[in-house]
Amino acid sequence: MSSAVDPLLVLILMLNFLILGTSRLRAAINASATQGALIGLLTVFVHGSPAMRPIVLGAAAVAIKGLLIPGMLMRALRDAAIHREIEPYISFLTSLLLGAVATGAAVLFADHLPLAPDHQGSLLVPASLSTVLTGFLILSTRRKAITQVVGYLVLENGIFVMGLTLHDAMPSLVEIGILLDLLVAIFVIGIVINHINREFASIDAAQLDTLKE
Amino acid sequence: MAIALCVAPLLFALVAWILPSARLRPWIVPLGAGVHLALVVTALALGEPVEAFSGWLALDQLGRIALPLVSVLFAACSLYVPAYLRIRRGERHRIFCGALLAFLAMMTLIILSHHLGLMWVALEANTLVSAPLLYFNRNRRSLEATWKYLLIGSVGIALALLGSFFLAYSALPHASLVIEDLVREARAHALALPWLHTAFVVLFVGYGTKMGLAPMHTWKPDAYGEAPGLVGALLAGGLTTCAFVALLRFYQICAAAGEAAFAQELMVAIGLLSMAVAGVFMARQRDFKRMLAYSSVEHMGILVLGIGVGGLAAFGSLLHLINNALTKGVMFMAAANIHRAYASKTVDGVSGALRRVPVSGALFLAGFFAVTGTPPFGPFVSEFTILRGIVEAGRYGVAAAFLVLLFVVFVGMGGTVLAVVQGTPKGDSPEGGFKDSLGTVGPALVLLAVVVVLGVWVPPALDGALADAARFVEAGK
Repeated sequence: MSSAVDPLLVLILMLNFLILGTSRLRAAINASATQGALIGLLTVFVHGSPAMRPIVLGAAAVAIKGLLIPGMLMRALRDAAIHREIEPYISFLTSLLLGAVATGAAVLFADHLPLAPDHQGSLLVPASLSTVLTGFLILSTRRKAITQVVGYLVLENGIFVMGLTLHDAMPSLVEIGILLDLLVAIFVIGIVINHINREFASIDAAQLDTLKE
Repeated sequence: MAIALCVAPLLFALVAWILPSARLRPWIVPLGAGVHLALVVTALALGEPVEAFSGWLALDQLGRIALPLVSVLFAACSLYVPAYLRIRRGERHRIFCGALLAFLAMMTLIILSHHLGLMWVALEANTLVSAPLLYFNRNRRSLEATWKYLLIGSVGIALALLGSFFLAYSALPHASLVIEDLVREARAHALALPWLHTAFVVLFVGYGTKMGLAPMHTWKPDAYGEAPGLVGALLAGGLTTCAFVALLRFYQICAAAGEAAFAQELMVAIGLLSMAVAGVFMARQRDFKRMLAYSSVEHMGILVLGIGVGGLAAFGSLLHLINNALTKGVMFMAAANIHRAYASKTVDGVSGALRRVPVSGALFLAGFFAVTGTPPFGPFVSEFTILRGIVEAGRYGVAAAFLVLLFVVFVGMGGTVLAVVQGTPKGDSPEGGFKDSLGTVGPALVLLAVVVVLGVWVPPALDGALADAARFVEAGK
């Protein structure tokens, strides 16, 4: 494992907090794009020596997580003509604090898990768990459909980092399948957002509340 | 053979997609279903093991129960398609027919997968192809239901992937996502237990979301309430069956590692919680399609409860898997007919269904008695077997809670169902005057007949297959 791994993971963790603390949707999308690109780099550096497969996989991750999906989200944002996350269910300060608690909990929890010799002393597992929890937090506390998709991306990023710990065990077929599935999932959600936009003349998921007990 | 089982429905999906004739297209679905059913019967009769891709796809003891079940249910639902699309003339159904067949292909792939990554990909693909099925009505309400289904479903799927990674990590340095490898490592006590526990909890939440266990069930009432009836039947009988099969595979790994007790406690607790939540929300439920969704939550609870108790109850649980799926098919198709005949799906707009659509009304009533575990229907036998299993295991508290909750659900559901079928029909028939016809009630009648047969006689071959599957799941053999 290269020495660049831990600094990259620290950057990924910092981006979690940036996304949690910002009210500007554009900034949140950009931060998730940067996080995606960093994860692409991480894919290359997790291996001690550069090899063909991780480089291809990393490039695909940068292209999809860093460029394609954020591009689609920006487009949806422009179509909907909205800029800010107004009135999240909890304040930005509270989400930052909860994010800090989640990160602390992730580190403590990872400490209790028996890690493989390669991953001991590395941030890989705690960073993954913390990013997953952050994604959850964003998904459950924001109103805008686009922010919820950003939350889902962060969640997926955390899971991808966990997947990197298993690089040798997972055939590339599955990895590409995962990237492809993510793409399709966002694609479908994007189409739905467009329909929400047309039908509701806004992009506020909180308006989706006709169906309840 | 294993590949053909997955690919054949996909080919028919392609045909349905390409075929220009809107008149012929609905018939492609039953045709594809028939071919699939024939392939499944051949695979079951085949003496040799059904495998492909060096064991990544295999029809095992569990698959021998689940695959024919899914295939029969889909075949019955597919016979409903031509009649349904004739009523819904004018709706574009090119994507609908294609997505239905792709849904069957993905269900098959989930059941056959012995590689957790492949199984996960199939589950995700299954969720994606069900989106256009849910959104078929193209209105505000179905859009909302589809959005919730996708978002909650995607989070569940994401957790399922995370759990699969944890499980693979537990086997380091021999990390693998192939079930046979994991079971072998588990037997040799080579799995790291903290990772295994974490993995099981995360997988249980992830696949439990797709199954619709409480408290991860919130998408279910909306999705089942807004989806066309036959899609509801496929979700409640097919998709949930596949998610349950996936859960059983993780349980099998836990059991092989000697950690069954840990998983079982979780399953008993969530099982009872699901039954309780269903009981609460079913009481005075005015929308009878949402009521069916809560009934599905209840029965998913019963399924995991049975596995959680183990022994005879696990056998009963597998039998209940069959009974529940087939009965749900009856109820959703009958509910769809009643919905059509009144252009309403709440008790405010519907009464006297027995008079306006006698056969559908009777099917709905019979389905209610069946699903709540009244003799002589199949679910009575399986629920009673689970109860006997619970008592045999000495869990009297669980047995009492199980009986009380079954009774609460019976009373709650009964109020809504009786309001729908009894009395004089409200309002005038909507334009076009929907009437029972062979195409709309035939498939449900066939399924009900099977449920009645299973209530009085479990064929020895099925009994043996169920016992095999229960042993397979419990001991990891």
